[in-house]
Amino acid sequence: MTQNDAFISIRNVNKFFGKFQAIADVSIDIQHGEFFSLLGSSGCGKTTLLRMLAGFESPTSGEIYIDGQPMSDVPPHHRPVNMVFQSYAIFPHLNVRDNIAYGLRKQKLARAKRYEMVDEMLELIKLPDYGDRKANELSGGQRQRIALARSLILRPKVLLLDEPLGALDKQLREQMQLELRALQKTVGITFVFVTHDQEEALTLSDRIAVMAQGRDLQVDTPTRLYENPVNRDVASFIGTMNFFDGTVSAINDGIAKVDAVGLGEVRAGNVPSGLRPGQSVCLAVRPEKLTVSENAPEAGSNARGLLENAAYLGERSHYYVRVDGVSQPVAVSAQNRQRADGKAEDKRPVWLSWDENAFVVLEDG
Amino acid sequence: MTGQITPAPDHATALPRTGRIGMLLQRSEAARGYSLLTPTLLIMTIGILVPFGILVTMSFWTQAGFGFDTALTTANYEKAAERPIYGALLTRSLKMSAMATIATVLLSYPMAYFVAFHVHRNKMMWIVLITLPFWTSYLLRVFAWKVVLGYEGVINSFLMTLGLIEAPLEFLLYSQSAVVITLAHAWAAFAILPMYVSLEKIDRSLLEAATDLGDGPMARFLRITLPLSMPGVISASLLIFIPTTGDYITPALLGGPDGAMIGNLIQKQFGAINDWPMGAALSIILMLSIGAIALGFMAATNFVRKRIS
Repeated sequence: MTQNDAFISIRNVNKFFGKFQAIADVSIDIQHGEFFSLLGSSGCGKTTLLRMLAGFESPTSGEIYIDGQPMSDVPPHHRPVNMVFQSYAIFPHLNVRDNIAYGLRKQKLARAKRYEMVDEMLELIKLPDYGDRKANELSGGQRQRIALARSLILRPKVLLLDEPLGALDKQLREQMQLELRALQKTVGITFVFVTHDQEEALTLSDRIAVMAQGRDLQVDTPTRLYENPVNRDVASFIGTMNFFDGTVSAINDGIAKVDAVGLGEVRAGNVPSGLRPGQSVCLAVRPEKLTVSENAPEAGSNARGLLENAAYLGERSHYYVRVDGVSQPVAVSAQNRQRADGKAEDKRPVWLSWDENAFVVLEDG
Repeated sequence: MTGQITPAPDHATALPRTGRIGMLLQRSEAARGYSLLTPTLLIMTIGILVPFGILVTMSFWTQAGFGFDTALTTANYEKAAERPIYGALLTRSLKMSAMATIATVLLSYPMAYFVAFHVHRNKMMWIVLITLPFWTSYLLRVFAWKVVLGYEGVINSFLMTLGLIEAPLEFLLYSQSAVVITLAHAWAAFAILPMYVSLEKIDRSLLEAATDLGDGPMARFLRITLPLSMPGVISASLLIFIPTTGDYITPALLGGPDGAMIGNLIQKQFGAINDWPMGAALSIILMLSIGAIALGFMAATNFVRKRIS
């Protein structure tokens, strides 16, 4: 399996720094034109993996293929990839125009042609007339765009982005996310994006690899990662998740009937192939898939609990319900569709209810 | 009334009082600044401005026997302009010092580069080792070079033993090259340290970015590392050029007749020749030339920097 139709193919890559294993047997395929994110908390190996794609680190074992070519013996300045650095790395002694034109030197273009290309890029990143600015006269968002333009002008096959939005404030960040996504659609270049911000990854990506301790836990689309996480680590890293222990009583048509502690019989999807009746499993449900009510629901699955804590957040409220036999209070998120009367915080017995397909089974019990 | 906090009586809350000077210092930033500057200002005034004033005044006097004729005249400057020996010595001094500066910077840059980029542990130890030659007296170092460069010195006897030369190389000692070599060695630390500091300050991600954008090691050095370390190179150059132009120990001991510099002449004016006003005038001329060259050099580098960026 050295070559397949994937555009970037990371094959069994390991990386050791001394005795520390930064990357542990990672294999990921990335398609052409994809917006692919590496998501994980700091120290999970995502930046190391990105730097290996750029050529600044080399794998201890394994191979990386880009466009079918093995990359082991290709130095960084000959790779068909460009990188946007976390610090942006704008050259302080050059103005904006020369920063963007920096990589064009090799192509032996006429000065006029170079500047024409730079002006096109400045147009694309919506900073026309900025060509003569000095690097120290730029704001964070502008630096970020210029770093982007400096890479994109070379028309790389792959653009690597190392937490490029990390240094921006929230508002600018959200604006840049939209622009980045639109830009990627326009230029059609494969983006590999490193971030620790799950919301950012979900917003931007076609597919995401969730990483922890140098391993890729799950590589999937944002929807599948959120709705069908394979294990507890992925489930708790992305969003909030309630976990329940249970025992499988029956399986048919990809739906497991599970006798869950505190909830009674629950139907759950996302059943791993090896699951058999009688096995104990871990169930998971998102807070927004649960409903909390004061009166017993007429139909559907439900369970009783004691409302322990509530937080009013304006558009929605978070409730924490204590259910017998479950160690953590169950989190419920609800839209405030009626006007709140301020009594939500009172401790009182409540009912939890949920729809048929709310629960999923996790791989590791 | 338990559990309630009552304000303490007035006399107990009185804060410690500061004196009038203390108040002034606390209120005015300028007062604080000047009081901190005072020791330096005093030394600068007494140690530099006053002697400099005396030197300028004296340069307009003339020597009369063992005393001074204090009538103000530009006779010394006219003499310096008329007699070719002064101009020749000045030009030679500036040339030798420029050569020493170039040699020092060229030899020191790789060293500074190495410590900044390739030493990861014990950087401090390397810095201390660089200053090691300064732990011995300057005279000792000059004499050591005499031993190395002499007729029967290390280099000549080595080459003769190998049979590469038949007679000792005479240009090694008592020549301009001897002075340049010794100066380059003696001032290396002054070149390494500022260049090390400016190289050390370069953000490593800039170098990675340059590589990422297609530069090989050489192009990256010329386009990023060198321009960004220019401040260090400039300060190193000035730091060496300025004091070495007026040096007189090194040329006196190693220069021979060809290697004499303006400093030797100035020293003789204050010594054997005993014409202090002339010595003062030559010192002022030297100072002005160095000042002009330093300013020109800075303007030129500024211009070049603007052009390449």
